Amino acid sequence: MLGNQIIFIVFSAMIVIFSILTVTSRRILRAAVFLLFVLIATSALYFMLNYQFLAAVQLTLYAGGIVVLIIFSVLLTSHIDEKFESPALLKKVYGAIAAIFGSILVITTLLNHPFVASTDVPKDVNMDLIGKSLISWGEQGYALPFELISILLLAAMIAAIVVAKKIKTK
Amino acid sequence: MTNFSYTVLIPLIPLFVFLFVGLLGHKMKPIVSGLIGTCGLLIAAILSYFTAYQYFFNTEKIDGTYQKILAFNTIWLQFTEKLHVDLGVLIDPISVMMLIVVTTVSLMVHIYSIGYMKGEKGFARFYAFLSLFSFSMLGLVLATNIFQMYIFWELVGVSSFLLIGYYYEKPSAVSASKKAFIVTRFADLGFLIGILILSFNTGTFDFISLTNVNGAAILTGAGASFLGLSVMTWSLIFVFMGGAGKSAMFPLHIWLPDAMEGPTPVSALIHAATMVVAGVYLVARLFPVYAISAPDGLLVVAYVGSFSSLFAAVIACTQYDIKRVLAFSTMSQIGYMMVGLGVSKYGGEAGLGYMASMFHLFTHAMFKALLFLGAGAIIHAVHSNSMKDMGGLRKYLPITHITFLIACLTIAGVPFLSAFFSKDEILTAAFHHNMPIFIVQMFVAGLTAFYMFRLYFRIFWNKDTHYHHTPHEAPITMTFPLIFLAIASIFSGYIPFSQFVSSDGVPFHSELEWTVAIPSILVGLIGIGIAFVLYKKESASSQKIAISLKSFYVAIYNKFYFDEIYIFVTKKIIFNYISRPVAWFDRHIVDGFMNSIAWVTNAVSFRIKGFQSGQVQQYAFVFVSSAILLGIFFIYLYSI
Amino acid sequence: MNTGIPIEYFLVTATLMFFAGVYGFVTRKNLITMLMSVELMLNAVNINFLVFNRYLFPGQLEGHFFSLFVIAVAAAEAAVAIALIINIYRNFQSIDVEKTDEMKF
Repeated sequence: MLGNQIIFIVFSAMIVIFSILTVTSRRILRAAVFLLFVLIATSALYFMLNYQFLAAVQLTLYAGGIVVLIIFSVLLTSHIDEKFESPALLKKVYGAIAAIFGSILVITTLLNHPFVASTDVPKDVNMDLIGKSLISWGEQGYALPFELISILLLAAMIAAIVVAKKIKTK
Repeated sequence: MTNFSYTVLIPLIPLFVFLFVGLLGHKMKPIVSGLIGTCGLLIAAILSYFTAYQYFFNTEKIDGTYQKILAFNTIWLQFTEKLHVDLGVLIDPISVMMLIVVTTVSLMVHIYSIGYMKGEKGFARFYAFLSLFSFSMLGLVLATNIFQMYIFWELVGVSSFLLIGYYYEKPSAVSASKKAFIVTRFADLGFLIGILILSFNTGTFDFISLTNVNGAAILTGAGASFLGLSVMTWSLIFVFMGGAGKSAMFPLHIWLPDAMEGPTPVSALIHAATMVVAGVYLVARLFPVYAISAPDGLLVVAYVGSFSSLFAAVIACTQYDIKRVLAFSTMSQIGYMMVGLGVSKYGGEAGLGYMASMFHLFTHAMFKALLFLGAGAIIHAVHSNSMKDMGGLRKYLPITHITFLIACLTIAGVPFLSAFFSKDEILTAAFHHNMPIFIVQMFVAGLTAFYMFRLYFRIFWNKDTHYHHTPHEAPITMTFPLIFLAIASIFSGYIPFSQFVSSDGVPFHSELEWTVAIPSILVGLIGIGIAFVLYKKESASSQKIAISLKSFYVAIYNKFYFDEIYIFVTKKIIFNYISRPVAWFDRHIVDGFMNSIAWVTNAVSFRIKGFQSGQVQQYAFVFVSSAILLGIFFIYLYSI
Repeated sequence: MNTGIPIEYFLVTATLMFFAGVYGFVTRKNLITMLMSVELMLNAVNINFLVFNRYLFPGQLEGHFFSLFVIAVAAAEAAVAIALIINIYRNFQSIDVEKTDEMKF
């Protein structure tokens, strides 16, 4: 139990600290690396929650895919050693107000809320169950969202190509 | 019963031609649009003649009476169960007669204009407007109810406005078209008031039920009275006001002389033969109502007509612009028609005046159109409107000369030409029913002969004027209508009109009354004789007479200063004391209110436009903070 | 509960992560860093889904699949967003969000 808690504290501290660093770092490549750390720590939390498949997806897709994509675009659009100027004070104040008041509101609310767990028998989420759920329908079946998401991905792919394509000017 | 539903095509064909030529005219060759317009009118004319044949010869009369046939009817505006405005086609003797008149003259004018308007800018526009006019006039003639008539009445006014202002680059034409429109529009206000009172009292717009002699409509309303006259009489006087405006009766005549700024064929069609007799047609249409429930109204018609005819004839003697002479002559002749209606009674032999009026309308359309088209041919040759620039033209324009002479003889009432019969029947009716008017009309007949022959001699005889280039005879498209109308002017008098048109629909027999005819012939000949003496050769005697009458002559020449009186009343009195304050109120208070609303909106939006800054992060901040505020509100404040 | 950690811990962590994303979204000028902030927020939401699924309704799979689909949507979103950013860079020679303000009054 204790080991579990220590691991949790380490990872959640990592998440919070690196999140804040991600949004405050003035070097863009560092920010991207901090984001990578946040995502890895998140996947660790997924492991702790016993969602191994999702944790793996998080690692490969987020950490391996999206962050790499972001770094690519950073390299395309900025100098690596470029340092941002610090954002305007007024903006910082606004952002801080929004973030702090929002966190206070949410945290107080969720600390005062009594969470009641259902008494269902816990399900072991293994690959077999996930695969069958994704192609079945009816109760506990997700075939329709699965198909929709595949269409969405296709559309996004085409859109990305079309948008980023160089427009030929005559 | 013969089926007349095809008659709805008669007005619709010109409408289609109008739309077609009006929309596509600028893309075709001018001559094509002219031919399309002429062909459309030709079809309408053939249909009209066919209708007349069917109606008068192939339709059974019930009790020896020509029936009013509702050939087509559709409810257009339904207000309540009983009150609705219809559009339709009403066939009865006078509408059939008017169909013949309108389509014949219009067809002639269409043919004539191909030659006359050749090379003018906006040739297609001219034909489009002519077709619009033909459509509106035919719709007016065939109207089944007084409201439909009013609609087409206004349409006719609009097309007249458009055609008078055809040369819109000329300021005088523009102001003439405005004048015509405003004066007739003012008169139409009276018409509308009359319609409203009339239909309020009788509960119907429909001509058939309105003029049904035994129907409820005529008998109601006669009771209530206002200022000594019954409400019915008042309403009919108001209706007549509209008719007087359209027909240029005194004192609403001022627009007609100026309307001569339009192209001459237009003057022939609209301001001589068809539109200006709409007032006569209106009174004839409602004649049973006038005769039975408002004889006082009819008396007003008679006196106004008589005075107008005298007034116009006197002015016509002094004018030099040949088209204006003809315009005043038209006014005078319409006065005759009004007199004919005014002295008539309802039914049988006593309805002679009604028949004579319609008869005169018919013959007048032919010879006056001829006169105008002839004048057009002369103007075409000489390029001037003033008879001072003319003289000795008989050598150059033989066909125009002969046809013009025929028209002048006709209008002067020379025996055995058409107007001799129709005019004498009006005089006979006046002789039997109203002696003072008869004497006035007899005098006017003499004046008519005088001024027409003054015109004729000044143009074709008199001095030999030297022209810049030799005048030449007009092309065949212009001479053909002249010849056709000359033949019509000679022979239309032999139509046994009383067999077809009568006040109650029952044919009767009318004969020439020589006790009236002989004096009128003599008066006409005297008029011609005086004109012959004064104007056959160039002589100073006419000038001497003018000088001896000095101030009176000048007053006549200036049309008794009526235009000046109108201008004084409108400009000095109405503008200063009514229009200016109203304009001030409008400009400063109504507009000011609206402007301040706009100003406030503008100022507020100027202040708040900063919100729309284009900065995504600002939007995001507003969104997030609003979400937080809403969360606070709904979680902690509202849920209690 | 098998982990021995109260549910609130997870939720507080996710909340802080989410509002860090909000702060970044509002303050950052660079479009790519704004995109990173969005990814942070999405992650926070994902954690919430999974936590609720595991702690409150362990017999069901909705939260799990929801976050699976969120990841897929995030991937698509990132791809399109980066395409847009590159296009903006071409047109403005910059990916500064304050300069792309043509759609204003």
